[in-house]
Amino acid sequence: MSNLLSDTPTQPWKTVDPQYRIQQLGTHLGTPVLALLFTVITPMAGFTGFCVTWLAFHILSAALLAKYGKKQKSLANAFLEVFVGATIFVFVTFVATVLWPVISNGLVGITHLNLLFEDAGKVGADEPLSKGGLGHAIVGTIIMVGIATLISVPIGILAALYVTEVRGKLTPLVRFFVQAMSGVPSIVAGLFIYSALIVSGILQYSGFAGALALSILMLPTVARTAEEILRLIPDDLRTAALALGGTQWRTVRMVVLPAAKSGLITSAILGVARVAGETAPLLLTAFGNNVLNVNPFSESMSALPSYVFTQMLLGGDNDMARAWFATFVLLTTITILFTSARIVADRMKRN
Amino acid sequence: MSSQDFEFVANSENAMETKDINVWFGDRQVLANVNLEFPTNTVTALIGPSGCGKSTFIRTLNRMHELIPGAKLAGHVMLDNEDIYAAHVDPVDVRLKVGMVFQKPNPFPSMSIGDNVLAGLKLAKRKVDDAEFILEDSLRKAGLWEEVKDRLKTSAGSLSGGQQQRLCIARSLVLKPQILLMDEPCSALDPGSTRRIEETIKELRETVTIVIVTHNMQQALRVSDYTAFFLSEDGRPGHVVENGLTHDIFHKPQDERTDDYVHGRFG
Repeated sequence: MSNLLSDTPTQPWKTVDPQYRIQQLGTHLGTPVLALLFTVITPMAGFTGFCVTWLAFHILSAALLAKYGKKQKSLANAFLEVFVGATIFVFVTFVATVLWPVISNGLVGITHLNLLFEDAGKVGADEPLSKGGLGHAIVGTIIMVGIATLISVPIGILAALYVTEVRGKLTPLVRFFVQAMSGVPSIVAGLFIYSALIVSGILQYSGFAGALALSILMLPTVARTAEEILRLIPDDLRTAALALGGTQWRTVRMVVLPAAKSGLITSAILGVARVAGETAPLLLTAFGNNVLNVNPFSESMSALPSYVFTQMLLGGDNDMARAWFATFVLLTTITILFTSARIVADRMKRN
Repeated sequence: MSSQDFEFVANSENAMETKDINVWFGDRQVLANVNLEFPTNTVTALIGPSGCGKSTFIRTLNRMHELIPGAKLAGHVMLDNEDIYAAHVDPVDVRLKVGMVFQKPNPFPSMSIGDNVLAGLKLAKRKVDDAEFILEDSLRKAGLWEEVKDRLKTSAGSLSGGQQQRLCIARSLVLKPQILLMDEPCSALDPGSTRRIEETIKELRETVTIVIVTHNMQQALRVSDYTAFFLSEDGRPGHVVENGLTHDIFHKPQDERTDDYVHGRFG
């Protein structure tokens, strides 16, 4: 101890012996090499074989390290650490294998700005990427998801308010319907709008019909998450507002909703994320379109998922490239949406 | 007896009177025949062991009781010569006249300190021209003005527990209630904050009638003019064993159980 009257702040519980770090590094680098060797010389083969042997070696070395290494740990703890690590590895692998082809194939189209701003009106099958684009699908998705949000977020939040605040006699019924609706397959939502509104001639194939189908899917997600959020608001606040002579409506408006604001925004975002990638219901209601249509009440409308679908059916190399790019755009849009919602929510929480 | 044929003439010197208050939760009766008077501009302390129904009783005085699912009630609470449980009375109006401070400080977390104090005006949709004066006046009465005057726009969550409780008191004073109900307002606070609140109570007594539930016998002795001792024995519903001047209850109680309780021999 060189400095008994230590006044430099440290975190002694975080100090790691360098020797231990070397041992750990050895485990992390050594076991995959061992596993690789093992798959080469033994009948254990392929990626699965590698993963299984790697896990086995890793557990073994973690156990040895826990028993004889520089830092003694309980065996159970060492095992658990390896298992949790392995689970996360598997999870990340799954996500990465989905993301990687989208990013690598989608980035091909990023140099062609026309893809973002032009429509596909004059584009034939398998034409080069420098012609036309998917702007009409981006606009269509924004319009339809936007309308669906305007419809289902207020209704969903009102349903949640009925269940948590009003607690009326119909509460079990509302809950049951919301739950039943969340189980509806998306094609059924499309079929419903198709048979109820399009076949009967009330609506034509249009963006609005598509938005209605999407809101059927969005409503239960919004209602359920909003209900969870409102349940988290402490009863103390309601009591305080009521004791100050607030009516129930003013209590909800001035105290409960502001306190739940960031959570409710999250519920709306989750609803958007739920439907932004839907294809099946849109094929039956908005139908799809090759040209830009900004009027949701007349003529069919395209959306990113249905654009991907039709491009893939065309099958040419350039068509596939367009489909990948559209997927990339959809994924990026949703990521941006989520991130911005997070930032908004965090900022509100801080204030 | 329904409220229509009820002919109970309230004493005009009392801000509030209760007549045969009986309370049930579901089928279980928790209060039996509570008759109490709260003289204008006095402090009445409700004491008694846990579970004797003090808090339940105080919540019947501003109709907060009925918010609990399964709650039932019989009896009358007279305020301004009118039974607050009469069919035509809106509970919202009652709560405007009878303010309440809770055991746990409950400021609105999404509002600033200033907005918290004035929240009652907005909740009650009351328009005032001198909001700034009311804000300062209420905070002064609650003994909090000096501590928060420079940060009225910051979040109420940044205050300490004692400050939050005084903020809640200020909040309920904005509506100028005739009666202020306090349900163990100091039980979650340190001695310093408790003393501040007791001083506040003494100052408020000039203008407001106060009913306070407390587990702290010394506090009842320090702040109250009248005391009512509640007890619930052997699973029977809670009732008032003895009530009267605080001095009498503590120094010459008529009932042996009161004597035992105020001298800390049980409870």
